[in-house]
Amino acid sequence: MPEALLEVDNLHVHYTLRGGVGRRARGKHAEILRAVDGVDLELVQGEMLGLVGESGCGKSTLGRAIVGLCNPTEGTVSYRGEALTAKRERSKRRRIQMVFQDPYSSLNPRMTVKQTLAELLKAHDMVPKDAIDARCRELLDLVGLGSRALEAHPRQFSGGQRQRVSIARALALEPELLIADEPVSALDVSVQATVLNLLEDLREQLGLTVLLIAHNMAVVRHVADRVAVMYLGRIVEQGPVDQLFTDPRHPYTRGLLTAVPRLVPGRESQSTGVVGDPPSPIDLPTGCRFHPRCPIAQEPLCSTEDPVLTGNGHVAACHFAWTERPAAHVPEVVEEAT
Amino acid sequence: MTREPLVKVRDLRVEFQLARGTVHAVDGVSFDVEPGEAFGLVGESGSGKTVTLRALVGLLPRGAKLTGGTIEIDGVDVTAADEDTQRHLRGTTVSMIFQEPMTALNPVMRVGDQIAEEPLVRLGMSRSAARARAIELMALVGIPDPRRRAQAYPHELSGGLRQRVMIAIALSGDPKLVLCDEPTTALDVTIQDQILKLLRKLQHELDVSLVFVSHDLAVIAQTCRRLAVMYAGQVVESGAVEQVFREPRHPYTLGLLRAVPDFEVVRERLASIPGSPPDLAAPPAGCRFHPRCRFVQEDCLAIPVELERLDAGREVRCLHHDQTAADVEREPVIVDA
Amino acid sequence: MSSITADELEPFIEETAVEHRRGFRHRWYRTPSFVAGVVILGIVVLAALAAPLITKYNPTSQDLLSTLQGPSARHWLGTDDLGRDVWSRLVYGARTDLRVAFLAVVLPFIIGTVLGLLAGYYGGLTDTFASFFVNIVVAFPFYVLIIALVFALGSGTRNIYIAITIVGWVSYTRIIRGEVLVAKRRDYVLAAKSGGLSDFRILFRHLLPNVITQAVIFACSDIVLDILAIVTLGYLGLGVQPPTPDWGNMIASGQTYLTTHWQLSTFPGIAVVFTALGLSLLADGLADLLRPE
Repeated sequence: MPEALLEVDNLHVHYTLRGGVGRRARGKHAEILRAVDGVDLELVQGEMLGLVGESGCGKSTLGRAIVGLCNPTEGTVSYRGEALTAKRERSKRRRIQMVFQDPYSSLNPRMTVKQTLAELLKAHDMVPKDAIDARCRELLDLVGLGSRALEAHPRQFSGGQRQRVSIARALALEPELLIADEPVSALDVSVQATVLNLLEDLREQLGLTVLLIAHNMAVVRHVADRVAVMYLGRIVEQGPVDQLFTDPRHPYTRGLLTAVPRLVPGRESQSTGVVGDPPSPIDLPTGCRFHPRCPIAQEPLCSTEDPVLTGNGHVAACHFAWTERPAAHVPEVVEEAT
Repeated sequence: MTREPLVKVRDLRVEFQLARGTVHAVDGVSFDVEPGEAFGLVGESGSGKTVTLRALVGLLPRGAKLTGGTIEIDGVDVTAADEDTQRHLRGTTVSMIFQEPMTALNPVMRVGDQIAEEPLVRLGMSRSAARARAIELMALVGIPDPRRRAQAYPHELSGGLRQRVMIAIALSGDPKLVLCDEPTTALDVTIQDQILKLLRKLQHELDVSLVFVSHDLAVIAQTCRRLAVMYAGQVVESGAVEQVFREPRHPYTLGLLRAVPDFEVVRERLASIPGSPPDLAAPPAGCRFHPRCRFVQEDCLAIPVELERLDAGREVRCLHHDQTAADVEREPVIVDA
Repeated sequence: MSSITADELEPFIEETAVEHRRGFRHRWYRTPSFVAGVVILGIVVLAALAAPLITKYNPTSQDLLSTLQGPSARHWLGTDDLGRDVWSRLVYGARTDLRVAFLAVVLPFIIGTVLGLLAGYYGGLTDTFASFFVNIVVAFPFYVLIIALVFALGSGTRNIYIAITIVGWVSYTRIIRGEVLVAKRRDYVLAAKSGGLSDFRILFRHLLPNVITQAVIFACSDIVLDILAIVTLGYLGLGVQPPTPDWGNMIASGQTYLTTHWQLSTFPGIAVVFTALGLSLLADGLADLLRPE
């Protein structure tokens, strides 16, 4: 039974907006942005989990809570059984590292590649001082960059190369878990493949566990073992990648899949796409969060009762996930709160 | 029945002056767009597709100069025309949709007023007629409750709605040609789907031509009938989307197609194209793609490669395009389930 | 090791088609405001440095037999009411005023930058605390506060430094704090955090070099403000004390003779304007050059 490397338990990350004393004195509620609102997640050693969702679903916030860049409001993040908060010791930080989305701001423009890597090696005493240079070359070699890159500054690299440097940096501390936050979204198509293949290779070579956050479902299909779909701060479906893609059980997942444009020319996507815009994470719908946009929502069930994740191995949070599906209709597009 | 092409671009050249040399951002680009047709311009960063698009509407970035070629839109030679004529075309015959609706919309003007601006100012409608037209357009682009929404400011609307507003503005002048500069790249996939379907619907209903710039091949596949693939400032392949995607003839096109992660085609490994786009101030000798090409041979380095006409409407810039064809035979790009 | 194709295909030194603005080194001579500023300021600074070489008389030595003389071959700009050579006083005045102004900027720069870094990075109580003081100081016009402080502390160069430090740190804190608020969200700072680097390291190795430019640019215009403050104080008799030459007290003492010997006040006045102009142009040019792409 493979060991669970990472366990996320009922995680909530809430941000209070406009919650000042004056406002509360006037009897108004503080506005709370529920970025992550009750997420349970488990990562087994050696697997790649794809975390997908659209903007505002909380996937990035979840990633940051795991790596320790923001504090959970409730719930725990446990690594090998030990609970972790944002204030974690240096030695604990090593285990989980992150690769960021924007290649143009993820490297300090005033430091050379070698300085960036060496700084981390030194701070954690990874190798003896005289071995630092050699280790930097090794790290660059791992990501397919020559040693000429050592003395260069970020501005001399292309987007894809910068991402590779970012990966090298993440690997400098020899982590067990790598969180890749949309690592290829800002890259050209032909370069995306290079970086994705690199992540795959590294996973095999180094036995890494990877949490891949992406908004492109097709990417996830190619490289992930399991997939979790997020909507408005919660996981609405999770399961092995092939199962989830061939037999999606949550209407949002189905909507996402049909919405992705296909390479086959003229193949128009069917109209069970998702209508309307995602509601704001501040003013959440009652009952099932997806019901205002859902093509199979049934009154009064879906607007009053919030479904939980059900299933075996492949789970989904929908009242009709495993039962007979009601006929599809186009929902009334709801007024959104401004 | 063949109509005259709405847009005729011939040998377009656009340059930037940099300290280290002249950048030939667009280096001899030619294509036609028929009336009522959606035409795609595909390429990655540095290909010149965006600059080409902007040249069509005369909105070149600062420092860029049109140094050669002609652009004819609806019979008017835009390159030779004076500023007044060009301005007259913008908004009425040609309009544009941008990638970032938040920056393309005026933040301090109500959206209804922004949509009504063109009819009011350029088409000479009365204030009430222009307002009515604005509401009509908002309904056309699928904005719910248009009468109320017209009062909103851009920041009060979601990304998808803003993009629809931008489309409404683009249509407000009754254009014949709408230029789309990666209009869905910044949108979530479900919203992108809605907007693409909307654009398709509008294109057919209103019989407008689209020039659609994107780096996303799948989006082009869903939206356009014909396309040109650009690399390093040149067109390397052009033709009907159906043909080019199923039977590409240029190794770059093939590389792009094999690099796209797609549902229909689940590959073992995503193919990538090694290397990176060339420095446009000093492009490689001979074929510009040769340093990255799988099928490169001696003669590819010798002289610059010209566009070769394969068929009616089908062109490719490669000396050994049969290699690409053979590769596709062995391993088809698109496998119909 | 890795199955990724070797990097030889991708030489990376400035390969992409993105325009890369050349570094400072290559562009400074092409920026007109910077060049003009350097030239003008250069003239003043050189004159100040070469003071003993270009003056014949000691600026403080009086010659009561030849007071209030007009310009002549001996005294190029004439003499003042105590028989001192005006040209010497002008040139040595440059020394005094420039020295005081440049030195006066240093402490506020350092204090303000550090406070701004801490306030911006930690937020919370640190920020509230710092912002509190910033808001108090900012509520008063700069010159009013300086003059009031010097008046209270007593005149003299040392108190000028103290007054300017008390008032001047504020602008740096605001600038740096603003820059830090933005910069601390950049991914490379987050990466440093998640890499377990200490706060100290992050503040001074990652944030500081990337936010300091705005403060440096401001420092140039700050020197102008300081020079004007020093001159004003001198004019009011609160600043540099006689007999040390200072453009401010020169203007003041020349006032009574404005109708008869206008050169006594006018030349120092022109000197102030000229120097301020040079510094402003320099600041402008620097802003252009150091502006991130």
